[in-house]
Amino acid sequence: MAARVPVPVSVPVSVPVSVPVSVPASVTAQATVRGLTRRFGDRTVLDGLDLTIGRGEFVALLGRSGSGKSTLLRALAGLDEEVEGGLEVEGSVAVAFQEPRLVPWKRVRDNLTLGLTAPDPVSRAEAALAEVGLTERAEAWPLTLSGGEAQRASLARALVREPGLLLLDEPFSALDALTRITVHRLVLDLWAAHGPAVLLVTHDVDEALLLADRILVLDGGRVAHEWTVAAPRPRHRDHPDLLTLRAALLTALGVTPEGPA
Amino acid sequence: MSVAELEGEFGGAVRADPRPRPRSATARGPGKGWHRRWVSPLVVVLLWQAASASGLLPARLLAAPSQIAATALDLVRTGTLPTAIAVSLERVLLGFAAGAVAGVGLALVAGLSRAGENAVDPIMQMLRALPFFGLIPLFILWFGIGETPKVLLVALAVSFPLYLNTFAGIRGVDGKLAEVARTLRLGRAALVRHIVLPGALPQTLVGLRQSLGVAWLALIVAEQVNADAGLGYMINDAREFLRTDVIVVGLLVYSALGLLTDALVRLLERRALVWRREFLSR
Repeated sequence: MAARVPVPVSVPVSVPVSVPVSVPASVTAQATVRGLTRRFGDRTVLDGLDLTIGRGEFVALLGRSGSGKSTLLRALAGLDEEVEGGLEVEGSVAVAFQEPRLVPWKRVRDNLTLGLTAPDPVSRAEAALAEVGLTERAEAWPLTLSGGEAQRASLARALVREPGLLLLDEPFSALDALTRITVHRLVLDLWAAHGPAVLLVTHDVDEALLLADRILVLDGGRVAHEWTVAAPRPRHRDHPDLLTLRAALLTALGVTPEGPA
Repeated sequence: MSVAELEGEFGGAVRADPRPRPRSATARGPGKGWHRRWVSPLVVVLLWQAASASGLLPARLLAAPSQIAATALDLVRTGTLPTAIAVSLERVLLGFAAGAVAGVGLALVAGLSRAGENAVDPIMQMLRALPFFGLIPLFILWFGIGETPKVLLVALAVSFPLYLNTFAGIRGVDGKLAEVARTLRLGRAALVRHIVLPGALPQTLVGLRQSLGVAWLALIVAEQVNADAGLGYMINDAREFLRTDVIVVGLLVYSALGLLTDALVRLLERRALVWRREFLSR
């Protein structure tokens, strides 16, 4: 996990920049979004959104319900053909959804090899299952998995494709608190080992603080706020920088933060 | 093959699953005290036998159970019953095969594309409203009184439940799984093969059971029309000579064959839907 700590330990959390962000498109961008607009009827959910995700960067996307988080993720996943604007992704994209969405009539291993074009897909699938600790369940039917197991299988199915960009659509929200902690660690390990850029859509401020290099808040159809999180991993939620940032995030999300800890 | 043997075979087929199924045992299987369920049917048969023996129930209305059993054995020994069953089975199998190909094929055309749906579905919905037994006079005019109208009637009866269920099954496939297929970069053919068809299978199997039930029904009706062989012929012939024992044997064979095919489909269901069953029996 230490391998991917992007900044030295002593660097403090950067100052919040509460202005529309315009990150210059660089050669190291994994995904570049320019002026992305999506309307549902007369409701504009994304309104000229700009976003750049760097190679290997872990970005968390927060926002109130209906702020367009999932719409943006679906656009990046290529599931929305009615978006307007520029959308450029280097390399392949893989998605882990909120519900694991395993194909119920395919055994866990066959879910991983489904659509996998790499040579020797079976042994690659088995390696991926080993990484998420599901070697024993390779032959299982998805409906017999627990929630945590299913979500790990879903992660393995995304990662076995060696994506350049991994999209996580609130994949931990349905897990119980203990399982969530385990899966958080697993995600960080997998990210360190494979190095994809990650866009994590979440409702959970603490999850974003624990995992991400950069936290974005979506509001009014654009990236309204942006913070870089420099605290070293593994992070503890009581880290003073994270506490400060947490308060700022909650304010940005329209929640009055509780008093000082 | 006697009726008793057939029923024994049917019972065996129903319970053919070697694995223990604790849930189904409580639901409908041979749990504790199941034999009590045989008491009332046995009493009815005994009363029937007594009524026949005392002359209360004349044989020209309904033969005694013992007479029916003896006749069944006799019909098997002379080869009449096996031949009749073979002829009727052939009609059902041919008709079923033709109807299944048509029903499932049309459902695929309608289910997999909007254009196909617009072309096929309105016609199928209109035809479905026709009482297909009412088509018999037309079928006789078109196809005569040979095997063709009988097989076609079965085929027609079979095709609708299979069409409707397969079509609904295809359209009922979870759109979220179709999205997964897109993110996994599955092409259209792979999407159909890995997601759509397996997803539609449970509903198709429901259609299969319905269609087999209605196949026997269609056969029985079709065989009343000037048959010169088969179970229907055997029954009609027996009516001429007031042989109620033969008629009852024919009816019992019809129902045994119906139950047997239903058991076969359930066996097929258990095999094909194993991914769901292990979840349900967990």
